[in-house]
Amino acid sequence: MNRAVPKIALKGLKKRFGPKIVLDGIDLEVATGESLVVIGGSGTGKSVLLKCIIGIIEPDEGTVLIDGENTTHLAGADRTRLMRKFGMLFQGSALFDSLKVWENVAFGLIQGRGVGRTEAKEIALKKLAAVGLPPEVGDLSPSELSGGMQKRVGLARAIAAEPEIIFFDEPTTGLDPIMGDVINDLIVECRRQLGATTLSITHDLASARKIADRVAMIHGGKIVWSGPVSQIDRSGNPYVDQFIHGRAEGPIKMPVKVR
Amino acid sequence: MVPIVQPLGRAFLGFLETTGRICIFTLTAVSHALRPPYYPRLILRQMVEIGYYSLPVVGLTAIFTGMVLALQSYTGFTRFNAESAIPNVVVISIARELGPVLAGLMVAGRIGAAIAAEIGTMRVTEQIDALTTLSTNPFKYLIAPRLIAGLLMLPCLVLVADIIGVFGGYVVSTVKLSFNPQVYIRNTIDFLEPIDVISGLVKAAVFGFIVALMGCYHGYNSRGGAQGVGAATTNAVVSASILILTFNYAITELFFAR
Repeated sequence: MNRAVPKIALKGLKKRFGPKIVLDGIDLEVATGESLVVIGGSGTGKSVLLKCIIGIIEPDEGTVLIDGENTTHLAGADRTRLMRKFGMLFQGSALFDSLKVWENVAFGLIQGRGVGRTEAKEIALKKLAAVGLPPEVGDLSPSELSGGMQKRVGLARAIAAEPEIIFFDEPTTGLDPIMGDVINDLIVECRRQLGATTLSITHDLASARKIADRVAMIHGGKIVWSGPVSQIDRSGNPYVDQFIHGRAEGPIKMPVKVR
Repeated sequence: MVPIVQPLGRAFLGFLETTGRICIFTLTAVSHALRPPYYPRLILRQMVEIGYYSLPVVGLTAIFTGMVLALQSYTGFTRFNAESAIPNVVVISIARELGPVLAGLMVAGRIGAAIAAEIGTMRVTEQIDALTTLSTNPFKYLIAPRLIAGLLMLPCLVLVADIIGVFGGYVVSTVKLSFNPQVYIRNTIDFLEPIDVISGLVKAAVFGFIVALMGCYHGYNSRGGAQGVGAATTNAVVSASILILTFNYAITELFFAR
């Protein structure tokens, strides 16, 4: 592992929406080939963090470094070039419902890299096979699939162009525990094959334990703890303890009512 | 005094802010539409959607407008023996005003709403974010094809509407009001000037652009699930309709005011 230049480095990342401060100075590093899982409660800014790194949301302050390059305010062709390093699995899969399943998987190849349709379809069917879906599924439309299958197609789309960095936004949310574990296995397997760096956000601890090398806990717009996944049960951090035991009492107060 | 002026000022500032946002959105969209990559397949698909599938609704609007125009003019014009002007009134009203405006409003209801709902749903289900992560610019892939198709197809629709509308007037005049068919057609053609049709087609192009733009703008900026998409759809249709009527006056002033 190359510790000198981290694959992803965040320095003092801040973002607010109106009066609500979502990210309040995030410092985080992900080494090349590492799998970092960010855990935290609902509404703690996990998704915003991910979108700031990938460039869908522009942070107010702080910097995002990808391979040591400052990408915080990249735009236009530079941003498009950078996007080729990324793949992302969205929480709701975010498949294009106007396209067939195989066209979804091949989308980044055809539109982003100019691969021909016949060749792209071959690759798409291979990627579908890699996530355990038969070739017949390729000609269906995404709305004909179950949630778990949509998630698999989303995963196939995220890995289709063999990106260097893959983001997983709540990969197991909304799935039954067994399908969730199938997705976890697929994530681990894909990562092993591609050797990609991955950053996942989740509040599913079973998923975090399975796919993480290192875990970071976000609360109140800050990283309150980070360490190897093996340390998570004896972190000595009250926030992490409360979160992994799912206790209502503790330092984390869930705002039931909007002030 | 303050309680009255304060909300007024706030509403005015809000109006300016929205206008600014729409201007920036328009400039971004146009600049992306002019630069590669282009998506000819998507433009073609939108042209079929906006042009071809709007034909029935625009045609029906046009034929009844032409018919009612002839009938109303007749009942009014007989009071001062000006029935012979009916062919001219029908063709000029349709070509200059009613063709483009009514087609624009019908397409706003049909296409503006559909665009806002589709892009709005893509926004709230993160499909637009997914496009970005797949190295595809949503302005080029989603918005530019719709704007180009709107701009090109509305003039075609209006040309068809003009012909159908004049035909509607002709049918009522000859069948019900016992006009001579030959005289009616000669009067229609003799008094029609190219500028009447051209101004109508320019209006149509502007209206087509407005309808697509409002659909895209409100869809692209929709927030918060099904309710947000619903609001985006309503806003797209209402704002497109108001802008069509406003620009209709402005373009008429530009062409015909002396």
